[in-house]
Amino acid sequence: MSNVPADLRFLKSHEWARLEADGTVTVGISDHAQQALGDLVFVEAPEAGRRVAAGEACAVVESVKAASDVYSPVSGEVVAGNADLGGQPELINQDPYGAGWIMRIRPDDKAQFAALLDAKAYEAALAAETH
Amino acid sequence: MGLRTPLFDTHVAAGARMVDFGGWDMPVNYGSQIEEHHVVRRDAGMFDVSHMCVVDLRGARVREYLRRLLANDVAKLTQSGKALYSCMLREHGGVIDDLIVYYMDDQWYRMVVNAGTRDKDLEWLRTHAGGYEVSVEPRFDLAMIAVQGPSARSRAATLLEPGFAARALELDNFFGAANDHWFVARTGYTGEDGWEIMLPADQATDFWAKLRDAGVHPCGLGARDTLRLEAGMNLYGNDMDETVSPLESGLGWTIAWDPQDRDFIGRGALAAQKAHGVPRKLVGLILADRAVLRSHQKVVVPAVGEGEVTSGTFSPTLERSIGLARVPSQTTDRCEVEIRGRLLPAAVVRPPFVRHGKIAVAL
Repeated sequence: MSNVPADLRFLKSHEWARLEADGTVTVGISDHAQQALGDLVFVEAPEAGRRVAAGEACAVVESVKAASDVYSPVSGEVVAGNADLGGQPELINQDPYGAGWIMRIRPDDKAQFAALLDAKAYEAALAAETH
Repeated sequence: MGLRTPLFDTHVAAGARMVDFGGWDMPVNYGSQIEEHHVVRRDAGMFDVSHMCVVDLRGARVREYLRRLLANDVAKLTQSGKALYSCMLREHGGVIDDLIVYYMDDQWYRMVVNAGTRDKDLEWLRTHAGGYEVSVEPRFDLAMIAVQGPSARSRAATLLEPGFAARALELDNFFGAANDHWFVARTGYTGEDGWEIMLPADQATDFWAKLRDAGVHPCGLGARDTLRLEAGMNLYGNDMDETVSPLESGLGWTIAWDPQDRDFIGRGALAAQKAHGVPRKLVGLILADRAVLRSHQKVVVPAVGEGEVTSGTFSPTLERSIGLARVPSQTTDRCEVEIRGRLLPAAVVRPPFVRHGKIAVAL
């Protein structure tokens, strides 16, 4: 079973989002996603300053099995990409909701964050996907 | 639900991620695929390969039969237990399957064929058996466990009956030895030393548990694929199938042209292809960029033509992506591969990429 923290928001495409105290949104891929992908080998995180739209593919995670786009949950400006993933893509496997974060975005509109799936809705989406 | 090996419940209990492989529910990994890969290169790993099919072929004319059916020549096998790798071809030269055949005695050969091709292989074997009065007996009562890695044989030997262990440890590469219903062969699909062990299916779970307790680590098909690709070994269905000949698949070395009067199935087509010039070849690729080669990606050879990646992966030993590709024969040492809309440069090399734990290509 995969871990779905109750305090995060999610996309059906398996990204998670966390609203930080400074108003930015941290984004990564869910525990379910990292399990399905297997060992991550390359990560292309976006650079700070890039404008992204909600639903836009803005990072790539590549595993032993497949390459996957990572979609932005919100529109805004990228504040940081996780530079540690360049040398240690396995951080996503080891700690998908912590050290394996992919990017931090300053959202244009916080309401977009509030409209994302909550943990319960994401768990339901996972259940629907596997049955 | 797919087909299950005798070790299915063992894999599930160990937390394996199960996937469909040629109609079988098989473990792709038990945790980190890359760690499983390294354990085979550095120590000892084991694979459940019971989905592969063991076929016993018996009869007074079985040698003659196999000299007709296989592109390699079983007449090379003169010592009991000696193994031979061969393709089995259609008349037009396409590859039905690649397989290993063991010479047991003058009236008995043992073949190991791929899981996904089992049914058509058996049909082909039976179709041709009649004329030679050969019996074709698939051994569904046997399981198969491959123990691979520098420490694999010494660890596994402690679990065999002492007399059999001594005989097994003396085996040269590509030789096997039988003991009642057990058969141990110094073969594998990883580029490391090791054994492939055939044993009665009802003893498989017990033996697997003992191997694990002896420090042989369970490994899934994911690691098996990265290991075989580093070792430059073809995978049937990816790197060759019935639409290509062994000459276009890096398997020319497995065709026994001599003696010239041996009329194996497919010989005429291969000879014609050779005479006209083989249009394509299978080569190894190494990617410089941080991306991963995957099967079916387009290969562009400037001023020569195009080809296709047949197998690709991330190589844990080289820490970059490697693959096999079918390209025009005139291809030299460089090409480009289209990955996610970009053409990335790749070096063309001769496999293997890794042999006995050491990098075998220039990076």
